[in-house]
Amino acid sequence: MVKKSLSKIYMVLIFLFLYLPIAVLIVLSFNNSISRVHWGGFTLDWYRELFQSETIMSAFYTTLSITLISALVSTIIGTMAAIGISAMRKKGKAIMLGATNIPLLNADIVTGISLMLLFVRFTNLGMSTVLLAHITFNIPYVILNVMPKLNGLPQHTYEAALDLGATPAYAFYKIVWPDILPGVFSGFLMAMTMSLDDFSITYFTKGAGINTLSTMIYTQLRKGILPEMYALSTILFLIALLLLLLINYRSLEHPARHRKERK
Amino acid sequence: MKRTSINKLLLASLIVLSACALSGCGSKKGASTSDADTLTVLNYGKYIEPDVLTSFEKETGIKVNYEEYESPEEMYTKFTAGAIDYDLACTSEYMIERLIDEGYVKPIHYENIPHFSNIDQTYLDYSKAFDPENKYTIPYFFGTVGILYNKNMVDATKVHSWDILWDETYRDQIIMENSVRDSFIVPFKRLGYSVNTTDQSQMEEALDQLTAQKPLVYAYYVDESADEMIIEDASMALVYSGEAAYAQDYNENLDYVVPDEGSNMWIDSWFIPKTCKNESSAEKFLDYLCREDIAMQNFDYVYYATPNKAVYDALDPEIQENTTIFPTKETLDNCEMFTYLDNDATSRYNYLWKKLKSN
Amino acid sequence: MSKRKRRLFAGPYMVWIIGFTVLPILMILYYAFTNADGSFTLSYLAGIGDPVHLKALLLSLRLAVECTVICLILSYPLAMILHGLNIKKQSFVVFIFVLPMWMNFMLRILAWQMLLANNGIINHLLNLLGLHSVRILNTPTAVVFGMVYDFLPFMILPIYNSMIRIRKDVIEAAKDLGANDRIVFFKIIVPMTMSGVISGITMVFVPALTSFVVSDLLGGGKVLLIGNVIEQSFMQGSEWNLGSGLSIVLMIFVIASMAFMNSHSKETEGTAVW
Repeated sequence: MVKKSLSKIYMVLIFLFLYLPIAVLIVLSFNNSISRVHWGGFTLDWYRELFQSETIMSAFYTTLSITLISALVSTIIGTMAAIGISAMRKKGKAIMLGATNIPLLNADIVTGISLMLLFVRFTNLGMSTVLLAHITFNIPYVILNVMPKLNGLPQHTYEAALDLGATPAYAFYKIVWPDILPGVFSGFLMAMTMSLDDFSITYFTKGAGINTLSTMIYTQLRKGILPEMYALSTILFLIALLLLLLINYRSLEHPARHRKERK
Repeated sequence: MKRTSINKLLLASLIVLSACALSGCGSKKGASTSDADTLTVLNYGKYIEPDVLTSFEKETGIKVNYEEYESPEEMYTKFTAGAIDYDLACTSEYMIERLIDEGYVKPIHYENIPHFSNIDQTYLDYSKAFDPENKYTIPYFFGTVGILYNKNMVDATKVHSWDILWDETYRDQIIMENSVRDSFIVPFKRLGYSVNTTDQSQMEEALDQLTAQKPLVYAYYVDESADEMIIEDASMALVYSGEAAYAQDYNENLDYVVPDEGSNMWIDSWFIPKTCKNESSAEKFLDYLCREDIAMQNFDYVYYATPNKAVYDALDPEIQENTTIFPTKETLDNCEMFTYLDNDATSRYNYLWKKLKSN
Repeated sequence: MSKRKRRLFAGPYMVWIIGFTVLPILMILYYAFTNADGSFTLSYLAGIGDPVHLKALLLSLRLAVECTVICLILSYPLAMILHGLNIKKQSFVVFIFVLPMWMNFMLRILAWQMLLANNGIINHLLNLLGLHSVRILNTPTAVVFGMVYDFLPFMILPIYNSMIRIRKDVIEAAKDLGANDRIVFFKIIVPMTMSGVISGITMVFVPALTSFVVSDLLGGGKVLLIGNVIEQSFMQGSEWNLGSGLSIVLMIFVIASMAFMNSHSKETEGTAVW
């Protein structure tokens, strides 16, 4: 019994550790004072002003589009790559997985700088360079999520389907796809999360006038964060909470439903 | 059977390609500076009232691509990397001097900027230190570097000397500037050297002083200092005069002083880089910034000393007489401006700075 | 579809690797091995031998090791507790640890700055309780604290993932054969979660070794890590060659430590992050 309550306390402490700063930020978003440590009463002003601030909203849209596009593209390339790699012989597999590990093992800062050095040589920095960079560091996360699902696939079911006259595409959709779908999904989510949270790589590869929320916050860190940023983060956090709850519910409880929708 | 799989592959790569193409299109819109109606501007962070940008865009139909940086050194990197062609930039005197010297700057056609007449001649004279013929720059804001201190926590009789920053009593309460040249002002002036010295032994001597001071330092901050002082996390901070004025507005216990040994005066100015493809738009923007109402908006937002005479004259006497914002002539004359240092000296400074930080 | 055709699917990715992974590294190598005037030199690579840079690297290594060890110590028992809860939806656990990442990490670290400051929230609370205030902001301790906070999920998730793969009947069988809790732990649980531990260590150690933002925010400019030196060489000093040289050294360090880790574990492939 003691052991049980001890472990409960331990868990609560860890969650407190993880969520305390978030609570602080949420509280600050309602704080009617520019100062970060004094409580000036409850207000919803920052939420109102947030939607009128063109700079913040445009940074928000930039962030959103970079996150979505890069996650989508990297999911497509990554899933295909995982399928391809799983069909490779041992040596090819090792080489490809080794190369996949490079962006993961490399320091963010080194990845960012090396991409910047490359881009600067051939083109102007802009939105597309940020996108290319994000896709580059996102693909490995997708592959790492899809590969284990592919490895766990019963090889012979697929071949049996072919023997019974199914087209490869049909067999793929009916047999392989449903099994790797959770991996593809979590790969996509992971890519989105990493993309959203990235600072270093965006910082080095972005062009003039392009700001994601991260780079915007970085410039504001010095001069004081605009309280609207707390409001925006709170909204984002709540949306993520809802979204993830929804996805969790759907992808786990009803894997069958997804299958139907695909068709 | 074969065909379907190959088709799938083709389709997939098509999707990928089109996605890339799409993103490429997006970038063209964002980064092209050649369009007659976009202006790529580089400025310090939070150094312009955001509404000024929107109203300029509305009034002229010119789209502004606005990019921010933190330190002049960072600005130099961004500017010279060549990854982005800027049409207009603002930075501090010594960096402008360097850029002029390296041939990055175009002369300004002042006749196209009617409101330039609002700029006080006094500050154009000061600008001659880095732009001897007044042909490359338009001053934007200026000020000094000094000590912002909390009257309740610091002995006010002692803050008139830089020595107080070495006083053991204030251990863990001192904030220094997180920038090489600004931090070196203090030991240089304390030792009676020029802030522009490139003499290795003087530099080393200054480093020794900073190293000795480091245990007393709470943090090396850039512009966070003002906020930290407002919430009384520290008792003294080395800051720009404008930051001090801003902090004083939020906490009346704060005061600002430029120590008697002298300090540094700085002028941030606009210039048109050679990469500018759109000179008439750049001139329109500069003219806009010099206009009294706009300059006033900017002053209210940035709260640094403005060289714009029309704005100064329209201010409350209370603000005009605020010596934190508008330093007296004696103070300014006791200050030295930065001049630019060659690559060798710059990298020697950077190295000493790293040495201090790693200690 | 034969295996051969399926391999073709990796085609776009191969092109991508060559274009955006291999080529950039070649660029960095080029800068690292050439002077400003383009002639070959080893001096930038040797730049790591400079006492200042060496000190920064050693400090980074120290803090990264501390961070990794603390993360491991915190995560392992937590993973066991979570495992013991028998949560049906494992992804719910994942979700709890990933969710904080949806709030910008700089803001979260900034929140810690407010919490830990001299006059911060934690010290206010401590004073209310009549306790001494803590002064850890702007010290290496604060940097480790921030890194642990930032990277903890990357340790917990792989360990938890490997733990839920241990089948209950294996443990029961061991117990039936007379193994006590200690033996079960050391002979079954630990060896079977080794792959998770290894990927956790990788996921924490590498970013901790190379981070520069956390030390910027919680170190108050007083903690100089190798990441800061590299960032400053590029952004402040326009010393791109030196920055590239040091990046290469850092890369070698990372690869070497990973090779070391991998040599101590046979089966790492396939332990996904979540």
